[in-house]
Amino acid sequence: MSDGATIASHFEDAEQQREAGLMGMWLFLATELLLFAGLFGGFAIYRGLHGDAFAAAARHLDLPLATANTVILLTSGLSMALAERMAHAGAPQLARRWIAVTVALGASFLAIKGYEWHHEYSEGLMPLLGLAFEYDGPDAAQAHLFFDFYFAMTGLHALHMLIGLAALVLLWMLGRPRAGLQPDRYIRQVQITGMYWAFVDVVWVFVFTSLYLLRS
Amino acid sequence: MSEPGTHYLNEGWTLRSWLLTTDHKRIAWMYFATITVFFFIGGLAALLIRLELLTPAGEMVESDTYNKLFSAHGIVMVWFFLVPSIPATMGNFLLPLMLGARDLAFPKLNLLSWYIFTLGGLFTMTAVIAGGVDTGWTFYTPYSTLFSNSAVVLAASGVFVVGFSSILTGLNFIVTTHKMRAPGLTWMRLPLFCWANYATSLIMILATPVLSMALLLIVLERVLGIGIFDPELGGDPLLFQHLFWFYSHPAVYIMILPGMGVVSEIITCFARRPIFGYTGMVISIMAIALFGFIVWGHHMFVAGQSLYAGILFSFFTFLVAVPSAIKTLNWTATLYGGRIRFTAPMIYGLSFLGLFTIGGLTGVILASLAVDIHLHDTYFVTAHFHYIMVGGMVTAYLGGLHFWWPKITGRMYSGPWSIVAALALFIGFNLTFFPQFLLGFLGMPRRYHAYPEEFQLLHVMSSLGAGVLAVGYLLPMVYFGWSLWRGKPAGDNPWDATGLEWQTSSPPPKHNFVDTPTVTTRPYDYV
Amino acid sequence: MAEQAGYLDTVEQGLALHPEQAATSAAQVDLLFWVLVAVCVALVLTLFALVIGFSVRYRAGSRRPRPGAIAESLGRRIELGGAAGLTVAFLALFAWAGTLYLYLYRDPGGDMLTVNVVAKQWMWKLQHPNGAREINTLHVPTGQRVRLRMTSQDVIHSFYIPAFRLKRDAVPRLYTTAWFEASKPGEYHLFCAEYCGTDHSRMRGKVVVMTPEDYAAWAQKNGEGEGPAQAGERLFTAYGCSGCHRGRGTVPAPRLDGVAGRRVALAAGGTVLADAAYLRDSLLLPNKHVVAGYEPVMPSYQGQIPEDEILQIVTYLQSLEPGDWTVEPRR
Ligand code: HEA
Ligand code: HEA
Ligand code: HEC
Ligand code: CUA
Ligand SMILES: [Cu+2]
Repeated sequence: MSDGATIASHFEDAEQQREAGLMGMWLFLATELLLFAGLFGGFAIYRGLHGDAFAAAARHLDLPLATANTVILLTSGLSMALAERMAHAGAPQLARRWIAVTVALGASFLAIKGYEWHHEYSEGLMPLLGLAFEYDGPDAAQAHLFFDFYFAMTGLHALHMLIGLAALVLLWMLGRPRAGLQPDRYIRQVQITGMYWAFVDVVWVFVFTSLYLLRS
Repeated sequence: MSEPGTHYLNEGWTLRSWLLTTDHKRIAWMYFATITVFFFIGGLAALLIRLELLTPAGEMVESDTYNKLFSAHGIVMVWFFLVPSIPATMGNFLLPLMLGARDLAFPKLNLLSWYIFTLGGLFTMTAVIAGGVDTGWTFYTPYSTLFSNSAVVLAASGVFVVGFSSILTGLNFIVTTHKMRAPGLTWMRLPLFCWANYATSLIMILATPVLSMALLLIVLERVLGIGIFDPELGGDPLLFQHLFWFYSHPAVYIMILPGMGVVSEIITCFARRPIFGYTGMVISIMAIALFGFIVWGHHMFVAGQSLYAGILFSFFTFLVAVPSAIKTLNWTATLYGGRIRFTAPMIYGLSFLGLFTIGGLTGVILASLAVDIHLHDTYFVTAHFHYIMVGGMVTAYLGGLHFWWPKITGRMYSGPWSIVAALALFIGFNLTFFPQFLLGFLGMPRRYHAYPEEFQLLHVMSSLGAGVLAVGYLLPMVYFGWSLWRGKPAGDNPWDATGLEWQTSSPPPKHNFVDTPTVTTRPYDYV
Repeated sequence: MAEQAGYLDTVEQGLALHPEQAATSAAQVDLLFWVLVAVCVALVLTLFALVIGFSVRYRAGSRRPRPGAIAESLGRRIELGGAAGLTVAFLALFAWAGTLYLYLYRDPGGDMLTVNVVAKQWMWKLQHPNGAREINTLHVPTGQRVRLRMTSQDVIHSFYIPAFRLKRDAVPRLYTTAWFEASKPGEYHLFCAEYCGTDHSRMRGKVVVMTPEDYAAWAQKNGEGEGPAQAGERLFTAYGCSGCHRGRGTVPAPRLDGVAGRRVALAAGGTVLADAAYLRDSLLLPNKHVVAGYEPVMPSYQGQIPEDEILQIVTYLQSLEPGDWTVEPRR
């Protein structure tokens, strides 16, 4: 949030600026959490209403792939944490390397997710855009609802991943070795992006649990 | 620092110096300009509504057109005028000044939120022009998702986008209040205006995301054809109502708390008394903000939710009315023993007190379940919320503008004309909306473009009142505009008020204060 | 049959200041309403008196001596006292309003004249127990409790009779009920109170309240011979339900005489009350609640039976007493 100088002119000191930045990010994440909470709340209600139908529909999802994806995403959380460490330790170039790793992991997550979606599409389980919904179990209508939530939740999560990836790539570019890289500013930026990335991780854990694991 | 005589307004004259500014004071102006446009658009729709309702047959416009008019009126007035009204203009301008800060914590974010706001406004305006929206401001499903043939997606997207603007503003205000207070400005020395904006911001960041999600689901359902609210799939149309009111009831406190903050400043200043029961005021502000979250079901008493849920929601609604009553009591008690001056801001302040109380108490009547069965979705409800939102909040908004105008512009406006306008608004307002209470009790439903003849007389009265209101709202535009060029210089503290914002020059310099001020006393140190 | 000179005819012009009271509940609601208004008026007048009184007494120009600031402890006592007093008053009003709400909205059970109501854009379709059908007009007798069983075929509507102080939403997928006892012959407005699209404001009709004798005559003349329950019975066969449920079909299916109103044990464990909503769900979402001891083989009739026919089938099932069916279905 600063213009050029390390301390923006409206702050008293660096400490105030850092605290303000962190608090801002925390609040932002709180609102993001509530955004998802609306969706999860709706899901919970329907899951209560149509428990069996939802569980049956969940069995049509690809659990092994999603599990792999969960592992990948959690690993990326780790690499991002390492990036933060390095930045704090005054090694921005090492930090950049870990950021690159994070980007790679995040991108593979999205690739796998994309493959999964394609799979569901080809099985006729994508009740979007007027596509035919070909579901062979009982309660096709409720399964339709389940897949509505599935695509809304994973889609919204993927959108957040994309934003996170964009921010990471930006960080990676900002951290190029060059004159005028301001280390404490860079630390702040890495820290704040790291918080966002961790949030995306956490949301996925909830998405994974409610969509994939509640299958009986 | 800067040359003597320079201030934030004459720092630069180019369009660029406005559009790319990060100065909270200039951003406040940009909001002011935008929401004024929206207010008149919403007002125009209101005038057309009132014109149509002059006759029972519904012959002036088609029923679809009428439906689009009240939808546009509600959507524009709520999200593009009243929600941002005080926070985005006066809050933006004054919060840093009152805190003794040089700007908000995140100036660029502040600018960004104006752009987001304007973008959302463009979406919605496009929707209104490209075919209109006919869902009402409430977007109830399944009508909005499966049946309406109007530009629902665009309008809902506009409201969705605007939501982020209020989230960012709220976030900015909270961080600023926490981190940027001047030395000595402890929490219990904060002016009530700051507290009110703080509480409002909390609601903004806690409730808006849920509305965003509900609107997003509507958009997804219409664009992608998913069916979360579709009864055919076992979806629940009432789920949308729950999500909507989970936001929109707290949002009504977004639309009143800032007004309460403004009125607290005005009444203390012109009664020349410290506020009565400062601590009680702070507690009740926070109580309204927090308890406002558990009463949303009072909009659904007849909608088919369980009877016991209804009872519970009614119970909490009664309780949440108590802190508002305490505030009313305290404003009144502040007058006791004062030296009251009847300037335009004060007349607005006192109008607020009366009209808000009537609006609030009729809210309590609506909360009384058995009676709400009869009154729900009638003009009684329309009257209730206009008393609070127009009689209360718009009045407070105008009062605040009149109060801080000298600080914002450095100029005075015409005293007599401003008093005429304030009185015209009070009278016009009551003429417009009081008959609506009677209409509602007699059984006249809302959102009716044609109606049985026996309601005509009251409708005509209401429409006449709207004419008076139109004049009342245009007047300030005229004398404010005039004062910008011709007004007497106001001096730094024309009302002789306390508060840090009055200690700097009028208009304030770019960085607000030459030296960071220090606070040593409680607010409202009037004797 | 002689039409009464109704309320609607007399108030066409001019100004009524009080809506007609034409049902037993109206006076009860009005009493509460006027008490609430009285309390509010008293509060508002007190407030105005104080504000105006202080404004005059302590206007800037007045010479009156100014009292010192109210001591903080006294101030706090005033605040708390005010809050406590108001809370007590509010709670009393709440208790009253809540009790009345439960009385008005909870189905009192027992024998009532049950009228089926199906709302659609933009009309009300009603059917009386004896089969008489009406659109946008409801004939009812005085002195007898009438139950409305409502649903909607498309969007949400709301059935509103101001003279009865009665309103209830008709929601797709849900059965809502409302009841009233008309007390005064005449004609009264029927409005749709929930915004439902283009012709929401024309989704109006009237309620004709008649003496029991007139109503009996009216019903006699308009009954079509086939009431909703009989129609339901016919549909039950026509849609092939009886094949499984009454015949000796190939699949075991539970017998349905007397199921309505009973608690049904579910395959998933637990029980559920077989109310109208349950019966409806059994048709449209048969696997939502599978009956204990049966396979989930019943097909869904989603989208195949119109809303008013579903209501007739439900009415039929609800009219059955245990033992009405003599043929045992296969177990
Ligand atoms: C700014 C907006 C705002 C505010 C602040 C409020 C405040 C309140 N509202 Fe209102 N309301 C709306 C805007 C607002 N409302 C809108 C827009 C709708 C309709 C939405 C739609 O359907 O389109 C609505 C609808 C609405 C309903 C639903 C009606 C229906 O559809 O059937 C109900 C029911 O309980 C209700 C109740 C209340 C209550 C109890 C308060 C309380 O918070 C009020 C508290 C205030 C007081 C109680 C006054 C205090 C003063 C005193 C008590 C005097 C004390 C006396 C002395 C000192 C002498 N409101
Ligand atoms: C939040 C703020 C707000 C404000 C400020 C207002 C202001 C007004 N409202 Fe509105 N109203 C709502 C919020 C608001 N309203 C909402 C949420 C609804 C529900 C919508 C729904 O059902 O979905 C509603 C519904 C509503 C209805 C009910 C419609 C119906 O149910 O069928 C009516 C009817 O009288 C009405 C009237 C008015 C009037 C006369 C004003 C007046 O105070 C307006 C005064 C302003 C002016 C008169 C403008 C003057 C300007 C000019 C004359 C300039 C001319 C124009 C240009 C130069 C561009 N409103
Ligand atoms: C293919 C056979 C079959 C047909 C046709 C059929 N049902 Fe069923 N029905 C069943 C079975 C099996 C059950 C028990 C399992 C369950 O609950 O799904 C059942 C359960 C029910 C129940 C719940 C009974 C209880 O004891 O709670 C109702 C009500 C019902 N059916 C009504 C109908 C109606 C009405 C129709 C026609 C429109 C119909 N059925 C057609 C097989 C059938
Ligand atoms: Cu049907 Cu409004
Ligand atoms: Cu509310």
